[in-house]
Amino acid sequence: MTATNRDELQLSRRSALGLVGASTLLGAPALAASTAACAGPAVVAPRGPAGEYQLPPLPYASDALDGFLSQEILELHHDKHHAGYVRGLNSTLAALAEARTKGDYSGIKALSRALAFHGSGHVLHTLYWHSMSPNGGGSPKDGVLKTMLDASFGSVDGFRKQFGAATKQAEASGWGILAYEPLGDQLIVTAAESHQQMAVQGAIPLLVCDVWEHAYYLRYQNRRNDYVDAFFDVIHWDFAEQHLAATRQGAVQGHGGR
Amino acid sequence: MAFTLPELPYSKDALAPHISAETLEFHHGKHHNAYVTKLNSLIEGTEYAGMSLVDIVRKAPKGGIFNNAAQVWNHTFYWHSMAPSAGGAPTGAIAAAIKAQWGSFDAFKTEFTNTAINTFGSGWAWLVKTAAGKLAIESTSNAETPLTDPSKTPILTCDVWEHAYYIDYRNARPGYLEKWWQLVNWEFANKNFAG
Repeated sequence: MTATNRDELQLSRRSALGLVGASTLLGAPALAASTAACAGPAVVAPRGPAGEYQLPPLPYASDALDGFLSQEILELHHDKHHAGYVRGLNSTLAALAEARTKGDYSGIKALSRALAFHGSGHVLHTLYWHSMSPNGGGSPKDGVLKTMLDASFGSVDGFRKQFGAATKQAEASGWGILAYEPLGDQLIVTAAESHQQMAVQGAIPLLVCDVWEHAYYLRYQNRRNDYVDAFFDVIHWDFAEQHLAATRQGAVQGHGGR
Repeated sequence: MAFTLPELPYSKDALAPHISAETLEFHHGKHHNAYVTKLNSLIEGTEYAGMSLVDIVRKAPKGGIFNNAAQVWNHTFYWHSMAPSAGGAPTGAIAAAIKAQWGSFDAFKTEFTNTAINTFGSGWAWLVKTAAGKLAIESTSNAETPLTDPSKTPILTCDVWEHAYYIDYRNARPGYLEKWWQLVNWEFANKNFAG
């Protein structure tokens, strides 16, 4: 491997872990080169020249999921809603930088809230696009994901039922989340309210289903349950497998081997 | 005695073009109705069966019964906060109180609009009267409502759950707010303010 290739992989790997906020907790940067070669980056989120967050492109054409979600829904959702969180995240970080410069923390409470909201909104939307695929659905292949779904939920069907119920019943605007919890080295399902509430801190989202009304209203209106049921027809198991493998390898090494 | 879905105080097409008949069909006929149905099924055989809606909202702990009861009440209050051929500048006692509090109707309108637009996620923007008789603007999340605080009197509300405006305005919550001002029922506000 050339130095350049390794640097690129390392950067990608950092993006992948940085995106889900794990690099500091798990000391991932030091491990980046060794894990990247094996697992590869699951998510690459672009950053601008000044390090600012940028809206990542959809990983497929905006009409690619038409059987499930219309082109109009995906374009509004990605180009307007997701873009809004990226903008909100960058402007919040800029306001925090200004607060530091001025030594004025009188607005820190609102800024901390905005950071959690927009930051989590950006992370979850980025993962959401990858959680679906025009070639998705079916069942996960044999591999680490299937093994861990079996171990953590009894079976893939056990996961399906819990994830479906948690997502359908998420309060108001929220998310269903399959996450890797590194201290227990296991998978868990959480339901987020808004983007950031009800989180298990440190658990790394792998696969997410957005149940804010903007995600489904133009096709499913009030029928959230139908939308969640149909989500399983596009669920991107291969992405979750890749993301889990990359995340878990870093986490296990971060604990000094397990 | 089970709760029933209250009728809209106007026909489904009465708020068009600002709020379409299609939106009201879903919002009243499906969303509001689902809160009523769910509430009835949750309170059956509990201490809440037989209580008034307001008592349930004030007594139920955070959870399903509270959420559904509060949403039944919030939505009914929202329907009455609007009327066809309404909007414009306030009249009567509420106009004077707004001027006293904010200096002008425009200043009030700007603050209320910003509160509604900046509500994170699903929620409501409210004009309330405090125990001291002053007006205040509040934002609540999800099903939360100023009704839980008996010292406050709700005057008006604007629903900023996405289902309230997504069919007509898509992601443009500010566009919905702009038109909402043309529907505000100041007569209802004055009645609440006097009460």
